[in-house]
Amino acid sequence: MSQDVVRLWVYLSASPLLWLFATLAAYVLADVISKRTGRHPLANPILVAMIPLAALLWFTKTPYTTYFEGAQFVHFMLGPATVAIAVPLAAEFKRMRRLAVPILLALVAGSLTAIVSAVGIAWLLGAPHVVLASLAPKSVTTPIAMGIAALVGGLPSLTATMVVVTGILTGIIALPLTRLLRVHDHAAHGFASGLAGHGIGTARAFHDSQVAGTFAGLALALNGLLTAVLVPLVMKLVP
Amino acid sequence: MLQAFVLLLGFQLAGEVLVRVLHVGIPGPVVGMTLLAIGCIASVRLRKMCEAAATVLLGNLSLLFLPAAVGVVQFLPLLQKQGLAIGAAILGSTVLAIAVTALVFRFVVHHMKLEDRE
Repeated sequence: MSQDVVRLWVYLSASPLLWLFATLAAYVLADVISKRTGRHPLANPILVAMIPLAALLWFTKTPYTTYFEGAQFVHFMLGPATVAIAVPLAAEFKRMRRLAVPILLALVAGSLTAIVSAVGIAWLLGAPHVVLASLAPKSVTTPIAMGIAALVGGLPSLTATMVVVTGILTGIIALPLTRLLRVHDHAAHGFASGLAGHGIGTARAFHDSQVAGTFAGLALALNGLLTAVLVPLVMKLVP
Repeated sequence: MLQAFVLLLGFQLAGEVLVRVLHVGIPGPVVGMTLLAIGCIASVRLRKMCEAAATVLLGNLSLLFLPAAVGVVQFLPLLQKQGLAIGAAILGSTVLAIAVTALVFRFVVHHMKLEDRE
């Protein structure tokens, strides 16, 4: 009997089916919790779903590469989903053109703040140069951030970790923080979420409203480009 | 639905090809998004064709980040060495970036009297 269980586990744990199922099931459950709490920022579906999954991998000593063989089908959809942001972007084009000036000014101010404050705080606390260079692009989407980090002497794998942590944190604090500052405008709140928290901030903003999600998507793209220009300049100023 | 999905993949492919031909450091999907946005602004028909797949994908965008987020848990020990500096920098910088972006946005909207009249 127990040998059968072991054999079954050896088969299942090596097949993409189990980990694809686990990923989708964990998300469906987390999404139900998120909806039941009225999309409470702390019940972030990514955060709620990643904890049992990571614990399961840890308990079963499953290497991440084995997990990823199943989860890659979900991961792959990030590409077409990024392209799909174009659809609400086009639908909101009139509003964006009207708001072009606030968009550009908030972009420059927010992008500079994200880079300079991250590098500045870590520098004050005595972090070495490699950590500062890895932190500088932490607010932009992973592929761009890793490219920038490599260019200025950071560690791309360290940057990727910081990018995801920043995104999840943005997903949790963006809505309460903008409400605290009495910014109730969906465009402003969404733009701030996408600028500070790239795709994960954008995913959260789409749960708030279509307008917030769209402006987050716009900020994600614009800040990705601007950060690629600004980080090398800022890092030159670091002693 | 399938048609819409093929269109999205097609634009992603076009983005990936352009990035490699022109040697620019921008991810292919971001270029694909830009191309499709231009296309959808020019043609409402194209936008309507992509709408079904876009709604499904963007409504479940959080799910798509889950595999990468699970991966990060494995790399968290990387952050341990400079844990305090990194944690404080991420927390402080995220709060400041959200606040500055939202406040500048709202200030300029208010100053230029661009508020929604809807």
